[in-house]
Amino acid sequence: MSIAATQKQGFGAVIWDYLTTVDHKKIAHLYTFGGGFFFILGGIEALIIRIQLIKPENDFVSAGFYNEVITMHGTTMIFLAAMPLLLGLMNAAVPLQIGARDVAFPFLNSLGFWLFMFGGILLNCSWFLGGAPDAGWTSYAPLSTTSPGHGVDFYVMGLQIAGAGTLIGGINFLVTIINMRAPGMTYMRMPLFTWATFVTSILILFAFPALTIGLFLLMFDRMFDSAFFDVTLGGNTIIWQHLFWIFGHPEVYILILPVFGLFSDIFSTFSKKRLFGYTAMVFATMLIAFLGFMVWAHHMFTVGLGPVANTIFSIATMAIAVPTGIKIFNWLATMWGGSITINSAMLWSLGFIPSFTVGGMTGVMVATVAADYQYHDTYFVIAHFHYVIVGGTVFGIFAGFHYWWPKMFGRILNETMGKIAFWTFFIGFHLTFFIQHFLGLMGMPRRYWVFLEDQNLDLGNFISTIGAFFMAIGVIVFFINAIYSQVKGEKAPADPWDGRTLEWSIPSPPPYYNFKQLPLTRGLDPLWVEKTEGNGKMTPAEPLGEIHMPNNSFIPFVMSLGLFIAGFGFIYQTDNNAWFIALFGGMAIALGAMIVRSVKDDLGYHISKEELEREADE
Amino acid sequence: MKGWMGKLRALFLLGLVALILSGCGRENLTALVPKGYGSESSMKLIILTTVIMSAVFVIVMIVYVIVLLRFRKKKGQENFIPKQVEGHKGLEAVWTIIPIILVIIMAVPTTLISFDLAKTNDQKDSINIDITGNQYWWHFDYKGEEIQTSQDLYIPVGKKVYLNMLSSDVTHSFWVPSISGKMDVNPDNTNTMYIQAYEEGVYWGKCAELCGPSHSLMDFKVIVVSEEEYEQWIADMKSVDPKAKPENSVAQEGQELFEANNCMACHAIGSSPIATGPNLTDFGNRTKLAGYVEPTKENLVEWIVNPEKIKPGNLMTGKYPAVNKEEAEKIAEYLLQLKPSEIGPESAGK
Amino acid sequence: MMSNDHILNPETMPQSPEKATLEGKNKFLGLWFFLGGETVLFASLFGTYLSLKNSTAGGPTSEELFGLELVFIMTIMLLTSSLTSVYAMYHMKNNDFKKMQLWLGITGLLGIGFLAMEIYEFAHYITEYGFTFRSSAFGSAFYTLVGFHGGHVTFGILWLITLMIRNAKRGLNLYNAPKFNTFSLYWHFIDVVWVFVFTVVYLMGKVG
Repeated sequence: MSIAATQKQGFGAVIWDYLTTVDHKKIAHLYTFGGGFFFILGGIEALIIRIQLIKPENDFVSAGFYNEVITMHGTTMIFLAAMPLLLGLMNAAVPLQIGARDVAFPFLNSLGFWLFMFGGILLNCSWFLGGAPDAGWTSYAPLSTTSPGHGVDFYVMGLQIAGAGTLIGGINFLVTIINMRAPGMTYMRMPLFTWATFVTSILILFAFPALTIGLFLLMFDRMFDSAFFDVTLGGNTIIWQHLFWIFGHPEVYILILPVFGLFSDIFSTFSKKRLFGYTAMVFATMLIAFLGFMVWAHHMFTVGLGPVANTIFSIATMAIAVPTGIKIFNWLATMWGGSITINSAMLWSLGFIPSFTVGGMTGVMVATVAADYQYHDTYFVIAHFHYVIVGGTVFGIFAGFHYWWPKMFGRILNETMGKIAFWTFFIGFHLTFFIQHFLGLMGMPRRYWVFLEDQNLDLGNFISTIGAFFMAIGVIVFFINAIYSQVKGEKAPADPWDGRTLEWSIPSPPPYYNFKQLPLTRGLDPLWVEKTEGNGKMTPAEPLGEIHMPNNSFIPFVMSLGLFIAGFGFIYQTDNNAWFIALFGGMAIALGAMIVRSVKDDLGYHISKEELEREADE
Repeated sequence: MKGWMGKLRALFLLGLVALILSGCGRENLTALVPKGYGSESSMKLIILTTVIMSAVFVIVMIVYVIVLLRFRKKKGQENFIPKQVEGHKGLEAVWTIIPIILVIIMAVPTTLISFDLAKTNDQKDSINIDITGNQYWWHFDYKGEEIQTSQDLYIPVGKKVYLNMLSSDVTHSFWVPSISGKMDVNPDNTNTMYIQAYEEGVYWGKCAELCGPSHSLMDFKVIVVSEEEYEQWIADMKSVDPKAKPENSVAQEGQELFEANNCMACHAIGSSPIATGPNLTDFGNRTKLAGYVEPTKENLVEWIVNPEKIKPGNLMTGKYPAVNKEEAEKIAEYLLQLKPSEIGPESAGK
Repeated sequence: MMSNDHILNPETMPQSPEKATLEGKNKFLGLWFFLGGETVLFASLFGTYLSLKNSTAGGPTSEELFGLELVFIMTIMLLTSSLTSVYAMYHMKNNDFKKMQLWLGITGLLGIGFLAMEIYEFAHYITEYGFTFRSSAFGSAFYTLVGFHGGHVTFGILWLITLMIRNAKRGLNLYNAPKFNTFSLYWHFIDVVWVFVFTVVYLMGKVG
């Protein structure tokens, strides 16, 4: 590929380009499209749940199908929507924020995306092949090991493949942030979003392997008759719960820390102030991550672990409120004394503060062990984690897209539609979930296909369902906005928000090599430093010279496809041995692709100095 | 600005109104009106944490509103560059230390109460009931009394009752919100908790851990009666003659059909610790059928003829030869007259 | 366009060829992180094994099954292979390709020997004791933990063979030096894991 490839291309060429790209900016697009698609899917599942619960003893869907829908809603939203969308934002912003030309492993970056995509598709194939998984997104054994059909098998294989992709993404960002920072970009000058990505990647690295093992055990039990969770052969079902939550709790912070980072950037940018207590913010992020590994058993208070374990985990969990509180107050202090501009990105961020604070409040409440005996597995918990994940992560994703959309796609999202989307979603969100706190305490357990008549739960559920439709409208408006802006939107300048960090020092969208010359960072908020000193642009840290670029590759796609095929083989070999062909064939494709990758030298190419100069003249 | 706050306020008002309209939920179901030792203990912590956390929320919101009122970009000052403040050690220390103190304030009672609820020191001298969770019904075995029953759990008011819980299949969770918090019913190990009800009454119980399609229909009742009534009930249940012929001739035919259709393979009438289906000794006294349906004859006939329709995924479906409606009516007649004791749901709270 | 000559045919090999390029540094660091993740992976497996090791469901127990002689030889082989891979890396740093290949070859042979003995061991348990993956939770946990380690050894050997064949004719350069180095790191990691397997599974299984 050379510069000529960036000129107008045919449709096929564009598709091929995306299938083979290793450019972090295009991979960011792919994550956005993929994550966005699954977000809509998960949203439709959410609406089915709420329609079913609009009135008591409703029969909109059957009991079995309902369990499939709740399982897929949770699994899709966590693994296939929220995380990929965040990875999309990370891919879009982090290399630019640290002044890098790409990530450390562009090939692996692409592989990570395709593994996620094929894992997600595999999981959703279950809908058409006899039924989706139905044991909840937590898939507790032995419900999951005894669940008939292949639903849970799809869950196991889909998440295993998608999870491998995420793990690769995590390692990639860690190495990128450590090794690829531009001159002068010391750790304590990194934007908070980069810091959050760094810490999140550590969480991914140490949390996902526990899920990998959990899924393997589940897979062996279901497909190869092992006895990990088979009580009659000495198995123990609590092991699954431990492994799942050793992964699952850090996962919550994997979802929330990146948005903490991006809110920090947004509050600071639109208040025209540097982040208040930067150092405290960085260490609070690390502390949250560290504590995040120590508290998994608070999901298991009612399992019967005994009062000693319960109280230790309870108090450790409450302790997380401290660093989280520090963050909330530092954000408020950042805005205090500032000159605040309220646009869509800022609206989502401002909406986040009260919403997330409620989620944090109830977080401490559910952490209180003996009180949790009442909250656990009820709508109170549903309300709590939606306040955190929607009020935190989803608000953050919307804020992040409004903020970085110009950098990612070269257009500014429409403000009016942005505001409509925010208000409908914000109101809908509180309507849907606030009342659920009370539904839970009034005796409504979660994952209930129907709630019975005469329990005083009717009105609350009705309000909740109405709210869900408001949320749906908000999302639809946002998607219309995204498409509209691409067609008719205002072309984005390099620095539409009077930004402070490096990504705003280069054109929107950036050239494929990002920085013609690596910038010299002279302080926190490097672009702002230059602006206040009257330069207005970054000083180059190097003379104009050749740029080394990685080659595109189709291998990640093939490798992921191989595992996808092998996944079907694993799932169906229990029915018919002929499927071993798919199993071994798929594995052979994946392994073959790996060998091709190792045997074929791929040294990349160089953009010559002349080409770069010519570009500048155009 | 006005719109912002207005909308927020409207939202809170709406929530409040909704809450008042539905009250605190259904009495004898809601956790918000505790009627037992466990739920009361939990409630103490719920109130404590709600108060502290609401105070934190209010403080955050006050600062938040001031920020939004005072520090928005002003007309004519578009180029105003605020002072770039790095931080403030004192302030940051304040919002680090105060939360730590709050956490300590909450941690102490949390620890005390959770240890208190886990006590088992007087288990030997108390009533012990073994509970088995099944897809999708509850089995109760009164230890030392040779009484088994299902779905309706009779306990005496004011007495500590120890529940030893084990699952026969997947994980369930035993929850009677008004009386006590929940405890998981695992297939691996027996979990023990005690409950103590303050008032007589029929309390609604729920399964709180996803256990299959009919998870939401796995309801049960805890019937709290006076101590004398409880003794009476125990005595009546012990003296049941499982072979007793009903007086009514239709019911007699029903009894024969019950035996002919292999119902006894799973269901026992009278004590049988090994029966795998719900024990039917006091079936005529049940508060509900299949856990949640009104115990009328029509419903029972439907339940016998086509159980799948009432409880999707139940394990009774297909375990016996097809029964026609007439036969089912006779069986229903037989089952509904199984009332070994005067003490039933009506006795509670009389 | 500039060629990649300076990487493929460097005029002089630097002291640490594996870390001379940014790609090399990235690979080195990336592998360390990967091993961090692998640590959690094995920790989860060890945790599972420890909680299930007495769940024999009436089948043979660890005391009845395990003999330490064979496992001890396996341990020595794998530890030696770690040492030989250190020699190989030593020769890489001295830019002595032939000696590096030789020591890598020995490493690989030791690995294959280890694997052969492990397969023999498994076969022995299955045929002599009827102790399989499916006979009890202990069986599942044992074969999964030890098998995962064995799988890692197998992957390592395949990796090594590919590396050696691919680079047999081209010698050492700045592009493939990081690859040899990452392999060696990975191999050390597998050995360390085996030390834990030996201790936790076999020693504790025999004694405690």
